[in-house]
Amino acid sequence: MNNTANIIAKDNEGTAIWKFFLSELKPKGKWLTPFNIISIPVIILGIVLIIMRFYNGLGTVTNLTQSVPWGLWIGFDVVTGVAFAGGAYVLTFMVYILNMHNYHSIVRVTVLNGFLAYVFYAGALLLDLGRPLNVINPIIGNNFGVSSVLFLVAWHFLLYMVAQLIEFSPAIAEWLGAKRAHKILSGMTIAAVIFGITLSTLHQSGLGALYLMAKEKIHPLWYSEFIPIMFFVSSVFAGLSMVIFEGSITHKVFSDQISEKNHHNHNKIIHGLAKICTGAMFAYFALQILVFIHGKHWSLLNTGMGYWYLVEMIGFVLVPMLLYFYSYRKNNMLLIRVAAIMTMIGIILNRLNVSVIGFRWDSAIRYVPTWMEIVVTLTVIFIEIWVFRWVINRMPVMRESPAWAKENK
Amino acid sequence: MSINRRNFFKVLGVAGATLATDSLLKTNAEPSSNNKEFSGMLYDSTRCLGCQACERACAKANKLPEPFDKPRVGHIRETNDKRRTIINKYNTSKGEFNIKKQCMHCDEPACVAACLTQAMIKTKEGPVIWRADKCMGCRFCMVSCPFDSPKFEFLSSNPKIVKCTMCYDRLLEGKFPACANACPGDAILYGTRKDLIKEGRKRILENPTQYTDYIYGEHEAGGTSFLYLSAVPINELGFKTTLQKKSYPELTKGFLYSVPSIFVLWPSVLLGIYEATKNNRSKSENYE
Ligand code: SF4
Ligand code: SF4
Repeated sequence: MNNTANIIAKDNEGTAIWKFFLSELKPKGKWLTPFNIISIPVIILGIVLIIMRFYNGLGTVTNLTQSVPWGLWIGFDVVTGVAFAGGAYVLTFMVYILNMHNYHSIVRVTVLNGFLAYVFYAGALLLDLGRPLNVINPIIGNNFGVSSVLFLVAWHFLLYMVAQLIEFSPAIAEWLGAKRAHKILSGMTIAAVIFGITLSTLHQSGLGALYLMAKEKIHPLWYSEFIPIMFFVSSVFAGLSMVIFEGSITHKVFSDQISEKNHHNHNKIIHGLAKICTGAMFAYFALQILVFIHGKHWSLLNTGMGYWYLVEMIGFVLVPMLLYFYSYRKNNMLLIRVAAIMTMIGIILNRLNVSVIGFRWDSAIRYVPTWMEIVVTLTVIFIEIWVFRWVINRMPVMRESPAWAKENK
Repeated sequence: MSINRRNFFKVLGVAGATLATDSLLKTNAEPSSNNKEFSGMLYDSTRCLGCQACERACAKANKLPEPFDKPRVGHIRETNDKRRTIINKYNTSKGEFNIKKQCMHCDEPACVAACLTQAMIKTKEGPVIWRADKCMGCRFCMVSCPFDSPKFEFLSSNPKIVKCTMCYDRLLEGKFPACANACPGDAILYGTRKDLIKEGRKRILENPTQYTDYIYGEHEAGGTSFLYLSAVPINELGFKTTLQKKSYPELTKGFLYSVPSIFVLWPSVLLGIYEATKNNRSKSENYE
């Protein structure tokens, strides 16, 4: 593969490039993996559903109602998906700003993951739009709703995707063997990182701010003026837990690509991330307690929603936090992974509690997503994994960069 | 509580930078002039006959289907994408009363602040209207409206947001809103908001036993252009009386104001840390 890249670099004729692209488009490796067998039918079904949704309206596929206008696609795909993509800005902060270089080997894969998450999960926003063609209005600027939080969030999504693409672009340049471009693009990394972290701070909290005006509609245990801060703080450990979880899978699946040194290094990295997660979760949990006391909602605890709140706060924030702490001290990789998964469940619960479960909790007819909404959500996730796999198999993401790229720095 | 949050953001250094965007943010969160010369309607529940003349006139004016069911106690009807106004009947502590429901045409509407394409706008005349060529159908207006007024055509491939527009086009032609025009019981009065509040006060003063001493909409959600008089507290008629008196866009202002300052501060802080930790680099390079 490295060879093909070099050939291209030498022979820069247009036709060769096309041949190269075409050959790269072909799948590599076995076809009948369990993942393919599950994902292909789901994706096909999902695409049919998406077409149906555009031809006949959102109501044919979703269970949305006049009083619950946002459902799974916003609450899970966009709000939860973007929280999980937070790992990219936290890691770039650690590696490029704090110069913690021992995390360097996982930056690329995390940024790639983040970028794809934004493309697909934030892109899921488009599936949910009733009049998607008019999305250009707030982009080309003939109608700027500057007082809208959604305006801010949407713009930040766009800009952040560009920033992440720049952060990732050296890998693309290495794949194509484009040395000059590589040099220029690498030089832009720091600027893109700084810009990207700023954007992330704002839109991670902005996703929470979307719900601020729905004051009476969200269950008081989940509504507070501090939702933006909560969303921001929790995106730190949501993202890192995702990095831990995803890392333990990709390191198995793509183990052939990883050098001996990085293999060894990986446990150290996970260990360090667990420590950071413990700290961030502690801050988050303390904030939650403060907000709870501030809100004076003691009486609400003894209700159905109250128990549910306790399940989230204790079962999926406090417990995984302690677990992170314990497994970090004991250097227990397995327990760290368990903690990561529990944390991720906690994040899913939290985001859904704000956006779907606690939204209109009092209405007679509750919104429950249709199986079709779930299939479309899975479709989005599966396509993302496909693209991820395609990129990993081609570009130097997990494996070492080619030698020339290292000198190029 | 909002003060706390604002303080928090202030710690982040809100100060100067906010001023710059202050004027920018004002553009569509608040009506340009804060005079109360908005047009509005005063609906008097004690006068309403429940005849649905308003519903029929509304349906006709907006080319929507005729109402198919009648208001009766225990049967709660809702506005939806096929009807922009409805009459409901409730059994209250003072007997049976009717109540009309439609968009409240807030003075500082949540839907307008929510809309990222300026499809939803507060006109200078008072009505809050929706513009098809701008809207991208994100439904953030529906999420944000405290009265759940905007409705969405879920079964259309090119869906519209549907809600009362106070018959804005009729107003421009110098006509009254269709419902006010049609009401045989004089229950719907069209006028400027200021005059309507005066009229409401007068009615309460002259007939203190007939009304509860409250004009719903005078302060709710920062004030609305649709105002209500009723015999009983309006929560007996299916309205929320727990809504905040501040306007709803106020709730996101603290967040939006902190945005520019973070944009100024964050990069410089990050750059500072970057410079400070730079020499770690050589060490860790060896380590790698
Ligand atoms: S009632 Fe709702 S839709 Fe009507 S103006 Fe107020 S916020 Fe907008
Ligand atoms: S659905 Fe349309 S009118 Fe409502 S907020 Fe979105 S763009 Fe604006």
